[in-house]
Amino acid sequence: MEPEQPSPDTEQESLHTEPHLPPPTLWPIGFAIGIVVVLVGLIINPELISSIGGVIAIVFGFLWARDATAELRGEPLVIEPERRETREAGEGMTAPPADQQGVALPVVPDTAVTRSRFLEGATLGLGGVIGGVITVPVAGFALLPSFLSQKQHKVDLGPLDAFPLGEWFVATFTVDPAQGEVSRRTAFIRNNGTAPDPKTKKPVPSFTIISNRCAHLGCPVQANGPTGAILGKKTVTEHTKNGKVKLDPVVPAGYGCPCHGGQYDVEGNRTAGPPVRALDRYSFEIDNGRLILLSTYSVSHVVGTGADAKIYKYKQAGPGEHVDGPEQWLYPLQPPHH
Amino acid sequence: MAVRRKPTKAELRRQKMEELVMYPVDWLEERSGLIGGVRYFLFRNVPADINWMQTLGSAALTAFLVQAITGVILAMYYTPSAATDPATGKPVAWESIVNITDHLFMGWLVRGMHRWGASVFIILMFLHMGRVFLFGAYKYPRELNWIIGVLILVMGMMEGFTGYLLPWDQTAYWATVVGINLNGTAPFLGPWLAQFLRGGQEIGGETLTRFYSLHMLVIPGAIIALITLHLYLVIRLGVTSPPWSKDAAGREPVEDESPARAGLTRPVPHAEPGGRQ
Repeated sequence: MEPEQPSPDTEQESLHTEPHLPPPTLWPIGFAIGIVVVLVGLIINPELISSIGGVIAIVFGFLWARDATAELRGEPLVIEPERRETREAGEGMTAPPADQQGVALPVVPDTAVTRSRFLEGATLGLGGVIGGVITVPVAGFALLPSFLSQKQHKVDLGPLDAFPLGEWFVATFTVDPAQGEVSRRTAFIRNNGTAPDPKTKKPVPSFTIISNRCAHLGCPVQANGPTGAILGKKTVTEHTKNGKVKLDPVVPAGYGCPCHGGQYDVEGNRTAGPPVRALDRYSFEIDNGRLILLSTYSVSHVVGTGADAKIYKYKQAGPGEHVDGPEQWLYPLQPPHH
Repeated sequence: MAVRRKPTKAELRRQKMEELVMYPVDWLEERSGLIGGVRYFLFRNVPADINWMQTLGSAALTAFLVQAITGVILAMYYTPSAATDPATGKPVAWESIVNITDHLFMGWLVRGMHRWGASVFIILMFLHMGRVFLFGAYKYPRELNWIIGVLILVMGMMEGFTGYLLPWDQTAYWATVVGINLNGTAPFLGPWLAQFLRGGQEIGGETLTRFYSLHMLVIPGAIIALITLHLYLVIRLGVTSPPWSKDAAGREPVEDESPARAGLTRPVPHAEPGGRQ
């Protein structure tokens, strides 16, 4: 320490030895909040919210006025001395450097909240608040719409007469006509006649409806077998609520994927290649004698065929995701699906 | 000292011209310091025994700039809409690509530059990476720049993935189906990532607009920021000599323990903690 040669720091500090204004106070902020509550209350509920705001404003206004007039009323003024941090600080206390007037500055603990520290904190804090206020809605808008209000589309495949007992069809249809061709899907459909309902034991219509989305990475699986013209049968085109629905007769020996060679048997069980499970299936309902496709579900494997098939059903999972076995624990939480 | 000869007329004219040319440069320099900054950036000292391999980074940067410029122009004509054009029954996005390629003046060229330049950018990044690896230029104190470079490579690949969908044809669609489902098989958050990328449960118009925004705004912004950091560190740390450099080898061992070791041409001045310069 060289008191004879004041460093630029101590010179600066000497500027701060002049009388201080009262230290910053938080009362006006409370007062402002009260006013805001009054104004918001005028819109929402003038009687309740505005009076709450009024009380807040009056209380904080009184405290503010009391604080501001402390000097006039002769109360001892508590002034936080303002100082820069000095490098010679030791043991938590700052030694008062002698300045030109010889008036020693009061000793301030290093932890004291000075004006500059308060402003620094306030700037950082306000910046953080502003950043948060902007980031939260923007990030929410970027992320959440993909997951919220996902609609289930019902697909009308037309009257049941088009599906003779035991015959396979390749059905193509647009799930969401508003989206157009990009929502075109394909399913392999067979009418199994009737099967007893598992609960009521009454016979109910049974259909096998296999999605052609490969359980490997989602490419379009094709039926291995002759279709329409080769079989000497006509392709049926229907116009339903879902636009054009095409039903192409087929005799599949199984299904194969053009992308990476995944192979499935006629019930959709994986027989070869990289898929991790059987092909997905559509649930369905019969409405006024029409076949309506509902959402899809995933299948690990199928035992038996047709109406007697035992289907190991799982919640819809994405292609390439295991639904059974130890690997299923890799996908514990599925995003919301229809 | 010789007696100063009176300048000839030609010399005077030349002097005047120089003043005229230098005036705006000086004006700018005085107010911004930019000229000095550009000189500092471009006219750096480098080791004497560097070779053409060390231009691969600049080549990759140039490839990125080509992508940025051609991309900006393509964005003026491209329409990221999956809607069907009622007049033709074809998707609007695909038609706008056809329009760029077949009908607009030089559109085939600019689209071709963007399409092939994408591969050039990736290839140059890999070559640059290989050079840095073989030269050992990723070692202390340049590890951080290696990491930033890897991030740029990842971002470049994301550009490739998102840009591939934009022509909105069968190849684009199915490649994106497979790409998104690949992401979907990542453990735990994979299905969520896939659904975020699709903008819903299925690929559709929202996927296209989303990929377009990522492709031309989000990822390029990130790449520009990362390239800025990358260049800052190149300038700060200097260029490495090749491993066979006799020059650099002769300088070892260095007495100074500063980061300015073998191959570092500009010693980083030791900043005293809390000291003022």
